[in-house]
Amino acid sequence: MLNSLGREIPEYIEGIGKLEPFQGALTKLSKGWMDEPTIPAPNKAYLPHQSKLCNSLEEAILRSNPHNGMTVSFHHHLRNGDILLVQTLTILHNMGIRDITLASSSLNECHDPILPYLEDGTVTRIYSSGIRSQLGRAIALGVLDIPVVIHSHGGRVRSIHTGKIQIDLTVIAASAADCEGNATGSHGKSAFGSIGYAVIDARYAKQVIVVTDNLVNFPCIPLSISQNFVDQVVVVDSIGDASKIATGTTRITNSPMDLRIAKLAADVIEHSGFFEPGFAFQVGAGGASLAVAKFIREKMKTKAIKGSFMLGGITSYCVDMLNDGLFETIFDVQSFDATVSNSLLNNRRHIEIPAALYANPFNCGCITNKIDVVVLGALEIDVDFNVNVITGSEGNVRGASGGHSDTASGANLTVVVCPSFRGRIPIIKKRVHTIVTPGESIHVLVTERGICVNPAFPELEANLKRAGLNIKDIHDLEIEVDKITGIPAPLEYTDKIVGIVEYRDGTIIDVIHQLKEK
Amino acid sequence: MTKIFKKRRSMLYIPGNNPAMIQQGGVYGADSILLDLEDAVALNQKDAARILVRNMINVIDFYDSEVCVRVNHLSTPFGLADLEAIVPLQPSAIRYPKTESGEEVAELLKIIEQIEDRHGLPHTKMTLHAMIETAMGVQNVFDIASKFDRVDAITIGGQDLTADMNIVYTPDGAGIDFARKRIVMAAKASHIDVIDTVFPDVNDEDGLRRETEYAKRIGFTGKAVINPRQIEIIHDVYTPTDEEVRKAYRIVKEFKINSAAGIGVFAIDGKMIDAPIVTRAEYILRLANVTVG
Repeated sequence: MLNSLGREIPEYIEGIGKLEPFQGALTKLSKGWMDEPTIPAPNKAYLPHQSKLCNSLEEAILRSNPHNGMTVSFHHHLRNGDILLVQTLTILHNMGIRDITLASSSLNECHDPILPYLEDGTVTRIYSSGIRSQLGRAIALGVLDIPVVIHSHGGRVRSIHTGKIQIDLTVIAASAADCEGNATGSHGKSAFGSIGYAVIDARYAKQVIVVTDNLVNFPCIPLSISQNFVDQVVVVDSIGDASKIATGTTRITNSPMDLRIAKLAADVIEHSGFFEPGFAFQVGAGGASLAVAKFIREKMKTKAIKGSFMLGGITSYCVDMLNDGLFETIFDVQSFDATVSNSLLNNRRHIEIPAALYANPFNCGCITNKIDVVVLGALEIDVDFNVNVITGSEGNVRGASGGHSDTASGANLTVVVCPSFRGRIPIIKKRVHTIVTPGESIHVLVTERGICVNPAFPELEANLKRAGLNIKDIHDLEIEVDKITGIPAPLEYTDKIVGIVEYRDGTIIDVIHQLKEK
Repeated sequence: MTKIFKKRRSMLYIPGNNPAMIQQGGVYGADSILLDLEDAVALNQKDAARILVRNMINVIDFYDSEVCVRVNHLSTPFGLADLEAIVPLQPSAIRYPKTESGEEVAELLKIIEQIEDRHGLPHTKMTLHAMIETAMGVQNVFDIASKFDRVDAITIGGQDLTADMNIVYTPDGAGIDFARKRIVMAAKASHIDVIDTVFPDVNDEDGLRRETEYAKRIGFTGKAVINPRQIEIIHDVYTPTDEEVRKAYRIVKEFKINSAAGIGVFAIDGKMIDAPIVTRAEYILRLANVTVG
């Protein structure tokens, strides 16, 4: 069957179930209630003064009813410094557990060591917002028989609420915790800030293990994860590589190209009609995205504009803007650098939020619905403004859906920033390899060679033209870039589906086919 | 040839042996791009740079930026080969380093025009930018600036000049201040553009702004740029204020009305407006991208 973007979606996939095709960013939500029920969270009991402390992660796992076919989940707040996911799967592998569903909120390069467990049947299914590196390559080449499911951050919460993902065991890394499992990421030697993605896991997993390298006296505050959900507590020497968990202060890029794109994006925002007192703003931490914040900060000061809130992945740059009085509040579901933790801990206007409040589409209003302006990146964008942030030009799975479609869906103005080509590869395509975010959610593309406005938003285009910005038709820009780079030969795929890309509402926006190995 | 007040606030140096940087050169919005075959290119890369620039200059879209090429001095083994390769392509201008006298310019133009003749090209399209980078050049700058129609800009090379003067280049520019002002005066007397030297610390945005403001104050029409990140600040300094634009607009509009009525000199708010003031006002409007209908 075809979805509304013309992508062929199978009606059923063995190991996944029946699929529902994407029909539009807000189509499914527009009736105001959802047919999918919320499943009950498990009820548990603990006796008074019973100890939750275990001597080792292995002991805690043994107490957690490990079994074939179980679903194990993790959060990715430790970024590329995480070691617990690999340790946990190794322990399960050594116990002889097979057919595991891995449900990590994202997967990074540091998780490459689990590749043998995909090859030997220890792990047979994966749900994640992002997959990279060797794992991404192996998945693209078909290492798993059952396709991986790529979801957004909001979509993950929805999947857990509705029982699509039923977690048997979650292992939650915390930079501070007490003996009852009250836990946080906001202090301790391995502080990583918000622990927002793990809250839903703690609520729904049949067994919850909190692992910390910093056992503090009861009670550990703030109660980012609270003890009433936690089964066991493990103290270890280290939860990860501190140098990769939080790397000081995020610096604005020095790349002239990224700065050029960021400056143009800031000009777009300024003249969009949404750069008004009280506006809500979200930017990512990478390349041009964070640099947009630098220019917006200058424009806010010059024009004496004070915003409402900043949202999402939070950097020290966002904290500086809060401290400058440029925004009233930060909602922090994920922190990107070390200095953010201190603000999260000490500033009451810097609020830690769970992923459900951040972006779950199946509730009475997540905060992404309140965004005025969001700045996002792209691996590819097509002439219909559909964006790919998951598969690379070489066909590997190498990115993350993350909050891309969640924020784009909610924002009044979604600005995609990216260079018009990377290396020799054009970024603007007639048709992107994989759609993660539909073009209807994207208002503007900003590249170093011009700004393209989605024709669905003529008023925005008029505003930007009036400001004298260099507006180009996206078809013209595609031709201009193709003249520089040439058009790459298409990749070759088999009929086997190795990944399905869920839109945030659970419908299927695209599938990823197996890459033919050369 | 109209020689005064082109829009040359920024001149971005791009090493001629770096294809990626050449390819992206036009996207930063610099008024001029300078593809460099001279100091930015190592001796063993000179041929590669010349061939690369020759092959890319008319293929790459540099958008609205004027494209110039800095060749090597004719006293080096590379200068003549550079001219033979670049002149037939007729960039907007050739920039010539370490220019020291009018005689030297005359000799250079003779060679350029011989090459143009061999290719059936006019002598009027491509101009010459003379770089003043030695004490001798500073002494002879008026000859260099004033005697040749094809010289439509002069520039100061601060680093080479201080080396030639055997002094240390300091951020306050003390050692080259006299040279700066003498070069500006020669350019103004010759009605051509005059471009200030680069600001070498790309991370010192405040320092760049201060130096650019100073250069503007003493008469430079623009500044050389070694990193695209510097362009925005330089343009900001050189962009006229709203008040300046309003005043210039009024002058040019009144001038057009009076010219149509056959009146050459007129007054606005009691102040006499004549041709130089109108020329200056037109330049301000060009900088601000404003046209008078």
